[in-house]
Amino acid sequence: MGGSFLELAGISKRYGGVRALEDVSFACEQSSIHAVLGENGAGKSTLIKIVAGVVRPDTGTMTLEGQPVRFDGPIAANKAGIVCIFQELSLMPDLSVADNICIADPPRRFGLIDQRAQRRRAEELLARVGCADVNPLQRVRNLPLSRRQMVEIAKALGQNPKLLILDEATSALTGADVEKVYRILEQLRRDGLAILYISHRMHEIEQLADTWSVFRNGQHIETFARGARSADEVVQLMIGREITQVFPPKPPKASDSRPMLEVSGLSWVDRLAHISFAVHAGEIVGLGGLDGQGQRELLLALFGVLRGVEGSIRVAGQPVAVTGPSGAKAKGVDMALIPEDRKTEGLMLPMSIGDNLGMAALGSLTRGIFVDESRERAAIEAMVEKLKIKIGAVDDPVATLSGGNQQKVVIGKWLMTEPRIILLNDPTRGIDVGTKQELYQLLRDLAAAGAAILFYTTDYDELIGCCDRVLILYDGAIVTTLEGDDLTETRIVAASLNLAAGEPGATDRQAGGH
Amino acid sequence: MSDLRIRLVQSLGLILAIGLFLLFYLIYNFNHPRGFSSQILIQNANESFVLVMVGMAQTVPALVGGLDLSVGAVMTMINTLASYLLVGWPLQILGGIVICLATAALAGFVNGCLVVYGRIQPIIVTLATGAVYMGIALFLRPTPGGKVDGDFSWAMTNDLFELAATYGFAGDGDAAWFRPFAWLPLPLILMVLVVLLVWLPFKNSVTGRGVYAVGSAEGAAYMSGVRVDRCKIAAFTMAGLFAGFAGLYLTLQTSSGNADVPQAGAYTLNSIAAVVIGGTSLMGGSGGAVGSLFGALVIRSISFNFRIFDVDPLLQPLIEGIVLLGAVSIGAARIFRVRNKLELFG
Repeated sequence: MGGSFLELAGISKRYGGVRALEDVSFACEQSSIHAVLGENGAGKSTLIKIVAGVVRPDTGTMTLEGQPVRFDGPIAANKAGIVCIFQELSLMPDLSVADNICIADPPRRFGLIDQRAQRRRAEELLARVGCADVNPLQRVRNLPLSRRQMVEIAKALGQNPKLLILDEATSALTGADVEKVYRILEQLRRDGLAILYISHRMHEIEQLADTWSVFRNGQHIETFARGARSADEVVQLMIGREITQVFPPKPPKASDSRPMLEVSGLSWVDRLAHISFAVHAGEIVGLGGLDGQGQRELLLALFGVLRGVEGSIRVAGQPVAVTGPSGAKAKGVDMALIPEDRKTEGLMLPMSIGDNLGMAALGSLTRGIFVDESRERAAIEAMVEKLKIKIGAVDDPVATLSGGNQQKVVIGKWLMTEPRIILLNDPTRGIDVGTKQELYQLLRDLAAAGAAILFYTTDYDELIGCCDRVLILYDGAIVTTLEGDDLTETRIVAASLNLAAGEPGATDRQAGGH
Repeated sequence: MSDLRIRLVQSLGLILAIGLFLLFYLIYNFNHPRGFSSQILIQNANESFVLVMVGMAQTVPALVGGLDLSVGAVMTMINTLASYLLVGWPLQILGGIVICLATAALAGFVNGCLVVYGRIQPIIVTLATGAVYMGIALFLRPTPGGKVDGDFSWAMTNDLFELAATYGFAGDGDAAWFRPFAWLPLPLILMVLVVLLVWLPFKNSVTGRGVYAVGSAEGAAYMSGVRVDRCKIAAFTMAGLFAGFAGLYLTLQTSSGNADVPQAGAYTLNSIAAVVIGGTSLMGGSGGAVGSLFGALVIRSISFNFRIFDVDPLLQPLIEGIVLLGAVSIGAARIFRVRNKLELFG
């Protein structure tokens, strides 16, 4: 493979006793979008960290444009033209958008940062990624997640990369933004960049990447051109076993179940407007629509996190007034919320897996005023078993787990409270195929056991495959409810944009399959 | 949102500090028999300068998310050192100033290196080095004393007129072009100069930007190619330098050196209060030294009022504490407007 733009040979990396990469040889070319696929823990993250200079390999060599290179930090890799957009956002929330975009190499006058030039550069780059509506003076902290990710992409482009690495860079983006990113990446490919693209969204990769590489268990399994293998074969390569169906079958609609959660006339400042719906026991109701149309706020309002919410909420027929998460999980309400950002709202990262799992249910695991440790331990181990969480020991810090297993801990924490109502806020973001599948099955099982589930996701496939009914939000109000045969991608896209159904241009994909 | 509105919202802390300062200082001046006179202004500026510098010193480590408990000690150490050096020919005095500032910056640099390379919490590092610097001060001046050039000390702690009269320029201060600003107190001018020539250039340097970045999200800053270690060391070095300004001025004000341990401690604690009132987050990442300047002025103007309203000295700490608590609470009042409780934890 002589003459490749970037070449890795015999790269191995171990963390303690855990093998992250084993004798990996890998190459990528210019003018190519190269997808790297694999489950969480397959070694994708370690691979790109090595390329980006964040981690040094134990053995092996790396060659860039024919020259052997060794990076002792991300700065060195940046200088060589390697720029990363990481899954964990690399923005500084207290700095302005312009400061963030230009942080690596701000324009200078007389040795000091030239604010005007910096602003112009930020405006240019924002316009290039189609985010001209973002004011460069605004602090990143005040931007919604999807805008932040676009800022991140603008920031990466500003460094004039030769090799651009995107690690789940589109996972928080809305449909329209994803399209913009596709166009930018296509343009960059034509400009001769090498692009490494990591995503768990199969149809993104199908649309974008011309070369695919599959990793499994720290090994490079295969590299092939787009279309050389069917989607089924690719998934099989990734997980090493055959999977038949991604989503579990939907049960027939139960006609006589009572509503578990009834919401009527829910409003909150200018973000939620007169929202009324009901979720029955045994039902999975999806929340859809473009990102930022009030879905997150709706879940937070139900969970008592927002102040000044108008309207009424009934649980199993009884009116309730939830004033916060501790009230929401109390007997009589029995609500659980799987939050959007597991790193900040879901987990206490330095604490152990066991402490995290036990946290929400501690109140029911006590003897007198003390925590009953043996009961707590037993409950935790039962939950680890039930969710098949892959851990070393329950006393390890939760931060040592992979993304998928961390998310299982978040879910397990709430299942220990035995909730009747489960609210999920985009729980599959950045999670591998295998774990996603387990999660879909789990949701079905919970519903079958009598839970009412409200499921917000940005992935249309999940809305179609996993939900019995889908509420589409637009501008803080429910514009459409889709169910049964109406639950198609065309309808969802049309409703999300608040158009009449059946607009041309969108492709129709039915529920089920993958 | 328009640019102006964004800027206003983002400097709410600073605006609040300026407002509080104006409130307390106007109350003081309206009730003072010689209120709004240049004499009072000079006196107040003199009394405020040292705390302003120490507050600015504390700001920079606070921006990277650390506290520097040695700012008072560095100030005292430089005070004792300067009580030997600020004598002789003008050039000698200038050399003394340079030595003092270099020593102060070195003390801060040592703090920074211990934090970065020793991987120790800033608060512990500076607690220890603060004791060391205090020890050096006690070694230099076991008992209060020393001598400072009288002309220089006089000129620096008065108005521009006295400066001109002392060093004989602008017609000994009587020149017609000079008169409109002859009343300006030197300490006020020095404050503005420190802001314009030291703080703002630092803030707009790549390293200064890095200080904000590191305080906001250290991991993200590292991944963005910010030289994290250099920024942290620079933050503590700047703290040392500002504390050096404080020590130098204290020497000019008192014409002596005094290794006063309780005074050093009081300045350190007040510096933290000044930072908080000035709108800098102790979590790091947002705020600035100009806010702390006004924060320090707020603290000082509160105590000016005690003189006017004849408060029992025994009650003064109690009342000062309550007023400070109130001042800080105004900054926290935004929580009543927060509709999403999650934002309280960000």
